Amino acid sequence: MDAHNEHAHEGVNYDGIVGPAVALGFAVFIFAISFGVSCVNAGGSVPKAMAMSLLVFTGASQFSVVSVIAAGGTAVSAVVGALLLGSRNAIYGVAVAPWLPGSLKYRVAAAHFTIDETTGMTLVQNSPERKRRAFWVTAASIYGFWNVGTLIGALVGNSFDTQKYGLDVAFPAAFVAMVAPLLATRKAQLAGIGGAVVCLATTPFLPIGAPIVMSAVVALIALVPAQRKSRNS
Amino acid sequence: MSWTVVLVLSLGAFALKVFGFVIIGDRKFPPQVEAVIALIPAALLCALIMKDTFTAGHDLQIDARAVGLVVAVLGVWRKVPVWLVIVLACVATGITRAIS
Repeated sequence: MDAHNEHAHEGVNYDGIVGPAVALGFAVFIFAISFGVSCVNAGGSVPKAMAMSLLVFTGASQFSVVSVIAAGGTAVSAVVGALLLGSRNAIYGVAVAPWLPGSLKYRVAAAHFTIDETTGMTLVQNSPERKRRAFWVTAASIYGFWNVGTLIGALVGNSFDTQKYGLDVAFPAAFVAMVAPLLATRKAQLAGIGGAVVCLATTPFLPIGAPIVMSAVVALIALVPAQRKSRNS
Repeated sequence: MSWTVVLVLSLGAFALKVFGFVIIGDRKFPPQVEAVIALIPAALLCALIMKDTFTAGHDLQIDARAVGLVVAVLGVWRKVPVWLVIVLACVATGITRAIS
């Protein structure tokens, strides 16, 4: 510990938390508007779009379910794909739980806000107090921007011809932005390529939406030991 | 999109969060399980990109959406802000549709 620590007043120190939390919130705001527009265009309504953003509150899963249903997929494949995407939040929960101790009610509430952004912001902080603060400040920012953005998108959504303005590309473009930071490791890159190939290869004969669910099977390559690579070459 | 879908997804997504945060908590997932779950988003998001860009129902097709995807990939690669990536991709596809 540095005795001349500039952050002596750690109890009230929000430096480096509020700024990034608001910046993340703004990025999420744009995703949310695209989500709102696309959700009402996929046969959702303003209340349904809002219910999703308030209650589901995990962006990639929400995009996924709308994308599959808009394409004519079954409700089951849409929901299963979305939940597979949401399974990472369980891992995030394990990662942030030690920094957010409290009553059962407190932890259940915190669990609802355990997503990519809050987990990332929490884990990079350097003290327990800052971790807890970063979690809640980021949660407030993301939840606010996400829901206001969804409302705006859903309200204006019906007045848009999504095809004409190319808005149907908002989803794949958003997915590209979401997946890019995940492709840092060799295995993640292989999983990405594998998922893409499985989807395209099974689209002609599987029910619509099922190729998305099938692509998750590729994640099992995580179990292949790293040494296998040299044996193959 | 039915209310059933909205509610089942809400409950399922919340259950997953609570499962990790509250139920598993300070115990741990087996490392193999954690490794597999960690790779699911990469596989699924890439699959969704393919579906949204290159499929229509059961058909594979290349159309104006591919132009938007190329723009999005270039934008993300060049570290363009996310909101601008989405706008540029949509505009690129819209223009391609208008002139083709």
